[in-house]
Amino acid sequence: MSLLVEMQGIEKRFPGVYCLKSVGFELRSGEVHALMGENGAGKSTLMKILSGVYHRDGGTVKVDGALVEFNGPKDAQDAGVGIIHQELSLMNDLTVAQNVFIGREPRSFLGIINEKKLNLQAQEIFQKMNFDLDPTTEVSQLTVAKQQMIEIAKALSYKSRILIMDEPTAALNDAEIAELFTIIQSLKSEGVGIIYISHKMDEIKRIADRVTVMRDGEYIDTVEAKDTPLSTIISMMVGREVKDESVDIPDLSDSPELLNVKHLNRGKAIQDVSFSLKKGEILGFAGLMGAGRTEVARAIFGADAFDSGEVWVNGELCNISTPSDAVAAGIGYLSEDRKHFGLALGMDVRANISMATLGRFTNSCGVLKEADMEKIANDYIEQLAIRTPSDTQEVGFLSGGNQQKVVIAKWLLRDCDILIFDEPTRGIDVGAKAEIYKLLEALAKQGRAIIVISSELPEVMRLSHRIAVMCQGKLTGILPGGKATTQEQIMALATQ
Amino acid sequence: MTTESQTTSPSFISKLIKMTAHQRVLAFASLVILLVFFSITSPNFMQMSNMLAILQATSVNGVLAVAATLVIITGGIDLSVGTLMTFTAVVAGILLTNMNLPLPVGVLGAILAGAFCGFCSGSFVAKMKIPPFIATLGMMLILKGLSLVLSGARPIYFNNTEGYDAISRGSLIGEVLPFLPIPNGVLILFVVAGVASYVLSKTVLGRYCFGIGSNEEAVRLSGVNTDRWKIAIYAVAGGICGIAGILISSRLNSAQPALGLGYELEAIAAVVIGGTSLSGGRGTIIGTLIGALIVAVLTNGLRVLSVAQEWQTVITGIIIILAVYADMMRRQKSK
Repeated sequence: MSLLVEMQGIEKRFPGVYCLKSVGFELRSGEVHALMGENGAGKSTLMKILSGVYHRDGGTVKVDGALVEFNGPKDAQDAGVGIIHQELSLMNDLTVAQNVFIGREPRSFLGIINEKKLNLQAQEIFQKMNFDLDPTTEVSQLTVAKQQMIEIAKALSYKSRILIMDEPTAALNDAEIAELFTIIQSLKSEGVGIIYISHKMDEIKRIADRVTVMRDGEYIDTVEAKDTPLSTIISMMVGREVKDESVDIPDLSDSPELLNVKHLNRGKAIQDVSFSLKKGEILGFAGLMGAGRTEVARAIFGADAFDSGEVWVNGELCNISTPSDAVAAGIGYLSEDRKHFGLALGMDVRANISMATLGRFTNSCGVLKEADMEKIANDYIEQLAIRTPSDTQEVGFLSGGNQQKVVIAKWLLRDCDILIFDEPTRGIDVGAKAEIYKLLEALAKQGRAIIVISSELPEVMRLSHRIAVMCQGKLTGILPGGKATTQEQIMALATQ
Repeated sequence: MTTESQTTSPSFISKLIKMTAHQRVLAFASLVILLVFFSITSPNFMQMSNMLAILQATSVNGVLAVAATLVIITGGIDLSVGTLMTFTAVVAGILLTNMNLPLPVGVLGAILAGAFCGFCSGSFVAKMKIPPFIATLGMMLILKGLSLVLSGARPIYFNNTEGYDAISRGSLIGEVLPFLPIPNGVLILFVVAGVASYVLSKTVLGRYCFGIGSNEEAVRLSGVNTDRWKIAIYAVAGGICGIAGILISSRLNSAQPALGLGYELEAIAAVVIGGTSLSGGRGTIIGTLIGALIVAVLTNGLRVLSVAQEWQTVITGIIIILAVYADMMRRQKSK
């Protein structure tokens, strides 16, 4: 097998927290090479160098054995490097074919676009790859999985032989993941080399040939995927052994009810959902994508209006119609999409941590007490081990796990009794995941009531004292947590 | 070897760019260059009287630009600042001349009228979810019409109110330091700018200004009533326009109802030249102040050089584009 990519001694320095120290990486044709490491380990930075987004400070990059110098993503594209970003970058109002061929539309001599030929060209690629896509559909009509196919088709249409996939399954359900893996297999047989970045360990075993692990901006090792136990890979990533702990269910029979949701309805998205939550309890919400879990959370939090239903907090009926009502009632919500709904990325760590509690840091004239804010921010940076050079660092420069910790700090500071975590570990690596699990457990022990929404069953089972399962807007059952419930039981309720 | 040399050059450039990291620095340098250029090309430019004229010209636009800065930092835009200024001037005229009320009532009335109009614009934006561009475009026309209606389309002179013209044209500084007769209008501009700058950097209102501009949804989901704060920000901006209304009518000793259209663009130009991002989340008052000075120096200097009015406008347009281009380049490079 020939070497598609050879990177040696790559160096990258940033004013912020990321950097690469003499990192090496190679990719053979027809292999899936997993690139693993905790957030901030430097995976994305390395890939951005390979795809021409960043300029390296040192080292060499060879593609097909020849030294290359990329001065922009276009150069990398021309050399056959395609990248599928974690956040899809499609134009939602254009059709599938228009997206695939954006900038390269077949046109007549007057510059008029030949729409028919455009659709035909797209169709050809889809047929070759066995994609079930209609070139004339608007992208906004498609599921995330289908949208991902468009990105892959787009990369292939550039005749990319090196494909970088950055957490391609983050937003996919099991069936869609299986579909993606079939596509990856057929790409492999065509000789395409795939660099696969994911935090889901089970996927690595299913799909990867080799695994390269990075930690703190350094190259650790490259191993064969099938000969290496997952625990070894994890310990390479975190630099220590991570024990797989199971949930320890406390006795909550004397614990008062903090939250009681009765007959919540919102169109088709939420249908007659009722449940309760005790002080000190962690209630997991399992279900497939689109089952209505996030919708329930947003309705309780007042982010979206609901048609009917009651939300009781601490035995009192609460009239929640805006997030500020919910926060006043002691409910905090940590969105699944930190970047859009959780953080002001352009502002610093301190400003983000204090965003929900500014009233506490002002005098009677509305003037902010910066010194107090600085002290609190640094307390939380220490307490939650947020990796940041200082509390005045822009949040946008932090890694995903650290950004999540900033959001958590914001709500801890707010002293909410009820915390709703929506996909708390999405895009977060194994080491940071374990930290966040510990944090959630500690919060429950302190007497907070916690709802965890997660699409990863192991995560729900690892954390929940009880597991609520939703399917198509309905609450299909509430199961006991721990060993009493199997994944199969949950899936049965989730797919009714 | 080749890669070595190629990889060191961009870091050198990026270092250079970091040195001029802020648009403010860039804007300030341009201001200095303009001043030097005009004083070399024209001996009349650096005269005290001309400098004072520039400052006086900056005062009204500067105050408007401060108001526009607040709104623009939230990611919005206020096209109504110019006609709002005129409207408040007319309100002051009616209160002082037509109704013969004492001076403080007129001043307060104008500021409150401005704040109320800002409150309305803010409500259109926050509650009715009308895009700021449209909401304030509507407001701009409403106020232009109302100014003409209320004044009967005739200027209102402040002949009954003694000392009204001194608000802008008098010089408190000149009384203490006779060699430095800086007009009160300029003093007021600096006070307004100073307070606004403090509010932006040190108060809740300012923090939410940046927060809303940076990611409104995240702020709302933090339990902040973003609608109310947005309305408050537009109202404060409106009140500041009221101050500009007092300044301009005091300088002319009359409220001119036909005036005002076009001022909003000059104010937005000053904001943009000063490095405030039109997409929100970033900006400074000091930058806006420098931007307003650049616009005034340019207009004045070109006039001193006897460049035709028409060409002055063309050159101002080019400067705006260059300024924003420089800012964009800086941002791309620093990424």
